[in-house]
Amino acid sequence: MRDFYGVTLDNGFMLGTAQYPSPAILADAFKRSGASVATVSLRRESGQDRAGQDFWALIKDLGVHILPNTAGCHTVKEAVTTAHMAREVFGTKWIKLEVIGEEDTLQPDVFGLSEAARILSEDGFEVFPYCTEDLVVAGKLVDAGCKVLMPWGAPIGSGQGLNNVFGLRAMRAHFPDIPLVVDAGLGLPSHATQAMELGYDAVLLNTAVAKAGDPALMAEAFANAIKAGVQARESDPMEPRDMAAPSTPVIGKAFLS
Amino acid sequence: MNLLLNGDPISTDAETLDTVLAENGYADATVATAVNGDFVPVTLRATHTLTDGDQIEVLAPMQGG
Repeated sequence: MRDFYGVTLDNGFMLGTAQYPSPAILADAFKRSGASVATVSLRRESGQDRAGQDFWALIKDLGVHILPNTAGCHTVKEAVTTAHMAREVFGTKWIKLEVIGEEDTLQPDVFGLSEAARILSEDGFEVFPYCTEDLVVAGKLVDAGCKVLMPWGAPIGSGQGLNNVFGLRAMRAHFPDIPLVVDAGLGLPSHATQAMELGYDAVLLNTAVAKAGDPALMAEAFANAIKAGVQARESDPMEPRDMAAPSTPVIGKAFLS
Repeated sequence: MNLLLNGDPISTDAETLDTVLAENGYADATVATAVNGDFVPVTLRATHTLTDGDQIEVLAPMQGG
């Protein structure tokens, strides 16, 4: 397992905390997942019900690494300010940097992302940029100080899996020493397996677990799938070939015709 | 003085950010603050003087993906 800004994770499972039917189900899903990272956010807090305080207590009890995000930010200023607020509240330099550029696909604004990544990296943040598989953008992000890249698999919440396997494979080959995380768009455990088989170091997902009929069971399924992908990669899989090749020995076959 | 607190109008005689927070139920809460879009760290809340029309954002941990 590669390290993420000096932190070696127990596994490559990063799990979101949104959209669960209840806090108890969220906690159960995390327990079954064994996930090593929880993504969280910041939103307006009411001085009356103080809902965020209870949520924060629950998350701290999970005993996992915390990765705050800048979800919903559309400008560099919004993202940078949110990152500063997150660093203070969550007590971590990690920030999952999102600068959204398009509403229908929630595609990142890669220009704003690159600028925000530079500003935050220079200010001591450890940036996990939500990006695309564009190699030029990825290179700019690395130049800006990012030591982790998080290309999307598919649009956030779509559950479509890896829409551009070629691009993700190229990214892995192009940045062999950078920890890579497929972030967003995964719908099934098989998508996670595929990402890990491609050589990715982790997957980050939320909706696929939270919106499953049984989130805890799906969380465990993803955990198994991630492990399977890693094992497959480490076992040096065979090369695909165009022609059939009999697996059963031909030598010794009876002449019966 | 009239302010906007998380988008809601409030009136207060308080002059500093930390006093406004205490008046509105945020004492001892784990929150981060911004005024007019600029982050105000916890260490500066007591000395951050507010002016009429300021927009205060008070954010807390919330579910995220």
